[in-house]
Amino acid sequence: MAEYKHSVSLDVEKCKGCTHCLKRCPTEAIRIRNGHAVIDSNRCIDCGECIRQCPHQAKKAVFDKYSAIPKDKYTIALPAPTFYGQFEHLDDIDYLLQGLLDLGFDDVFEVACAAELITEYTRRYLKREDINLPVISSACPVVVRLVSLRFPTLVKNLMPIMPPMELAGIIAREKAKKKHPELKDDDICTVFISPCPAKVSYVKNNLVGYKSNIDMVVSMSDLYFELLNVMKKRITPIPYSRTGMIGVGWAISGGESSSLMNDHYLAADGIENIIKVLEDIDTAQHRNLDFVELNACSGGCVGGVLTVENPYLARVRLRNVKRYLPVSQNHPPESAPEIGMPDEYAICFDDNYKAVSSLGPDRKQAMKLMSDIDEVFKTLPELDCGSCGSPTCRAFAEDVVKGNVKYEECIVVMREKLKDALKSEEC
Amino acid sequence: MPAGLQAKRVNELDCECLSYRFEVDGSNFTTAGEASVQVKRILRRIGFPPETIKRASIAMYEGEINMVIHAGGGIAELFIYEDKIVVVLTDHGPGIADVALAMKEGYSTAPDNIRALGFGAGMGLPNMKRYTDIMDIQTALGKGTVITMTVNV
Repeated sequence: MAEYKHSVSLDVEKCKGCTHCLKRCPTEAIRIRNGHAVIDSNRCIDCGECIRQCPHQAKKAVFDKYSAIPKDKYTIALPAPTFYGQFEHLDDIDYLLQGLLDLGFDDVFEVACAAELITEYTRRYLKREDINLPVISSACPVVVRLVSLRFPTLVKNLMPIMPPMELAGIIAREKAKKKHPELKDDDICTVFISPCPAKVSYVKNNLVGYKSNIDMVVSMSDLYFELLNVMKKRITPIPYSRTGMIGVGWAISGGESSSLMNDHYLAADGIENIIKVLEDIDTAQHRNLDFVELNACSGGCVGGVLTVENPYLARVRLRNVKRYLPVSQNHPPESAPEIGMPDEYAICFDDNYKAVSSLGPDRKQAMKLMSDIDEVFKTLPELDCGSCGSPTCRAFAEDVVKGNVKYEECIVVMREKLKDALKSEEC
Repeated sequence: MPAGLQAKRVNELDCECLSYRFEVDGSNFTTAGEASVQVKRILRRIGFPPETIKRASIAMYEGEINMVIHAGGGIAELFIYEDKIVVVLTDHGPGIADVALAMKEGYSTAPDNIRALGFGAGMGLPNMKRYTDIMDIQTALGKGTVITMTVNV
């Protein structure tokens, strides 16, 4: 498998080598080496927690710059519903869509519309009798990666459909080609306006084995400032939004699952919380759950690191935005199957066990390593202070055994040694 | 590692088998099930197939919950071999009066307050049997119970 490209970059100049990101990384993917943070891309799940935690702004999300959008192509903006919650006094989505056209995009297609279709297909999928319950939403790319790396037995529970942005990419392209038959695939550039860097990685890594229908991913906060200027000038917008309440609701934790018209659902958000939920589902069987919605960011997508507004305020604003909207405005075509979803929207998650968490290539070696790690661990103070550059004493013991770091990096051990040395000198 | 779940290597010299020991606190129902989470983590690091890990950790989970509900806690030991996982659960509870009856699906002696939490469906022992390859129950009324479960890879 090709190496995973995560979407966090480090400004080495700014990184002080402190332990904020180290301690908060949920997959222990970070180490401090030679005075600055290093990310193990095989472990990184792109949750953005380190970007959020860094007090020195040394961690940055990687995304396409607004200025890099090609002028000579037919560009289609794909705003995520989260975007609607960023603007003060916005009660009509049309102003925002018009703003995107005024900025120079040739067309706009709302990701919320695709989300409404996915809601409908999920409802139909849940009618199938041969599925593994609970079905776990695959809309958050962090969840998909977390499940495949750490909860391989739950891969078969992932909802096997594309995320809304991909479906939006497909529909937007089809629409553009219908409107302008002269356009070829290469002439079109779909630009997703993202609340988080995880979606950047999703697109760049072709995570589920198909080429992404998104050509560029730009940051919501970048576009926000560009839009503020143009939106002020408009009096009446031309385009009209085609999303309903359900599509807008996807930006908030619980929005996706509550729209399934099925009471047997659970919605959790925040990376630590969703790990706990997955642990629970993996151990005890939740017999009464049909659907599990998990969002890596607190509050749902409104909590993404590329957003501008406080997620809770954004939530209030979204409530205003969707107040007078119809429930849903997007429904599958007559030709769509009554149960399940059209094949072209289905995806198959790689269910090969990617045992990144295992210690060695075979169990015998792993057991030997584990035994050595236990030995080293026993001698450590269990303070989990992070001064050695590893997130916990346990992780440090493992790093020592693997030869990645010297045992003497533990300052507590060194202090004891120093005390002993001083004592013997006194004698 | 949370308090009360001190893992200890029993066999210092024997590298053929890794051993861990967990104290299951019978006085605190809210921590029940934590040892099996630890076990799952350890098994994952060794790289057992996910199905094996699932079987061992569910069996262990059910056993751990049982010890807390019925026996006031006990000791859970984990022995990891290259090709099998052995879990030994030892308690000094009341013992099981009729093992055959206890093994029946749906039979339960759990108190109502435990049932209110969703436990006590009478599936603990049957699930332990179902998810393991060998299960042995040694029990004496008034003295306690030792359950040994083996999951082969």
